[in-house]
Amino acid sequence: MTALRPVRGVRGIALLAMVLLAALAFPWVFRLPYHRDLAIKVFLYAMLAQAWNILAGYCGQISLGHAVFFGTGAYTSTVLQMTWGMNPWVGLLAGVVLAVALSLLIGYPCFRLRGHYFAIATIAIGEIVQTLAINWDFIGGARGLTLTIQKDSLLAFQFHTSKYPYYYIMLGLLTLCLLVSWRIERTRLGYYLRAIREDPEAAASVGIPVAKYKQIAMAISAAFVAAGGTFYAQYVLYLDPDSVLPLSLSILVCVLGVVGGTGTLWGPLVGAALLIPLSEFTRITLGGTGRAADLVIYGALLTGVAVFQPAGLVGLIGRRQG
Amino acid sequence: MFAIPPPDVLIQGILSGILMGFVYALIAAGLSLIFGLMEIVNFAHGEFLMLSMYTAFWMYALFALDPLLSVPICAAVLFALGWLSYAGIIRRILGGPMLAQIFATFGLAIFLRSAAQFLWTPDFRQVGEAWIQGPVRILGISVGLPQVVASAACLIAFGILYWFITGTETGMALEATAQDRQAAALMGINTERMFALGWGLGSACVGVAGAFLASFFYVFPHVGGLFALIAYVTVALGGFGSVPGSLVAGVIIGVIEVLGGLLIAPAFKYVAVFVLYLIVVLLRPQGLLGKF
Repeated sequence: MTALRPVRGVRGIALLAMVLLAALAFPWVFRLPYHRDLAIKVFLYAMLAQAWNILAGYCGQISLGHAVFFGTGAYTSTVLQMTWGMNPWVGLLAGVVLAVALSLLIGYPCFRLRGHYFAIATIAIGEIVQTLAINWDFIGGARGLTLTIQKDSLLAFQFHTSKYPYYYIMLGLLTLCLLVSWRIERTRLGYYLRAIREDPEAAASVGIPVAKYKQIAMAISAAFVAAGGTFYAQYVLYLDPDSVLPLSLSILVCVLGVVGGTGTLWGPLVGAALLIPLSEFTRITLGGTGRAADLVIYGALLTGVAVFQPAGLVGLIGRRQG
Repeated sequence: MFAIPPPDVLIQGILSGILMGFVYALIAAGLSLIFGLMEIVNFAHGEFLMLSMYTAFWMYALFALDPLLSVPICAAVLFALGWLSYAGIIRRILGGPMLAQIFATFGLAIFLRSAAQFLWTPDFRQVGEAWIQGPVRILGISVGLPQVVASAACLIAFGILYWFITGTETGMALEATAQDRQAAALMGINTERMFALGWGLGSACVGVAGAFLASFFYVFPHVGGLFALIAYVTVALGGFGSVPGSLVAGVIIGVIEVLGGLLIAPAFKYVAVFVLYLIVVLLRPQGLLGKF
């Protein structure tokens, strides 16, 4: 419903080109590893939030358990690599396929639920999956998995001497996700999803197969989140249920989307660009992660935005579009 | 897996499950009351419980007040918290989009949980020398005395709540507001007040439950999450908006939790509860005694 008008026509294209150019040049201007790491995190979480937004923002199905797909991606590529030596890029695709299959499995029963019920069901599924992962020794259980260090190469998806490739791979993934969302917004799929969000009964009555389109939205959403999971595993080289499957990750993804603006193309990116550095900053100034200072701010922001500005930050600057 | 434990262990487990079930029932009743009144799920319900437990803990730690004596204080504090949450937040999102309705209280939950962690650290705390402690034997079965007292008290509180809703004039006004907001307003009921009262009462329920839980359960910032999930399952099973339904459902869930732990593995006892939730909302979305 809300889309930024300025990103249209010649001026829009010029603006986009400048943003992209700035993103490409960023690691060469800010050469500190800290800045690069921060930018990678912003891109990763922006992509996760945008993927969540495809289901929650456009289609109105609020998932509070998206960490399940992140964990699926991270674990699939890592386990395949460790047990059968499968290439991580193939593993990424396998993770995506598995996450899509899982999304169909979860969606089939849960899409019969409405509003609050759906949200609670996704929390329950998230908790079940995390408990199963903690108790499943084949995938490392609570100890987690450490990836085998390999020689730098694009094929091995590992870079140690220079971390620049991680930056560009993540930028590429985010761009792909934004392109897909942009296409969705402008095609029949996007109109269907928004119709379902506004009024499922009305959508069904004009002949939209509601269940099928909810599934499609969730499958696309799950695919990108799983790809993000594999990227995380290859970047951090260690994963455990607490880092790739926690409720807090599902929450973070929602916070970025809601604060930035749900149902918009730029909202999640704006949310991530503002909040991820903010959370780093509070961690540095207000003590370690154990204090949860960033989460105090996230919670207050989430409530504040929901009560006073449900359209998110993008809704403040963007003019509404019919 | 699926090793059948000896009968005495099983009976003892079931009994303690039933006792815990009464506590779950009171927590769920508060959630159900609010939902029945305005069809809003309080995602911060568990965090309200956590704050009640901390209130009882600090009363003990600072003023050496036994959790048993803190019950009225906790109930009053939580009543005020619920009333304020309604006046400050919920009032503004009534009739708003689903997204705002979910994230307003979900944000509050994250805020309260993290603020508790920020102020009081993630440490597990415990009331050391409570008045009531140790085991007690009922019909030759050994159970914890604090659990017995807590479940009895929760059952009594539950009875008082039920009597209030069905037997007093204010309670009937509450019920009328739940059934038809406009009609109630036309009959001269101040629905705004009823909503605020509903939030106050629903939160006072977790206030009472929290004070008793603090006498035998660890107190930590994330304690609410688990109880909240169990409360959602309880309310879904009993029927959203049905206060008596939560009593039946609370007991069923208390027993299933114990059986899941005994028959499968302790780590999976909550998995059993959540799987039950999924089965219930899929097969009978209105719950056992639900109206919808």
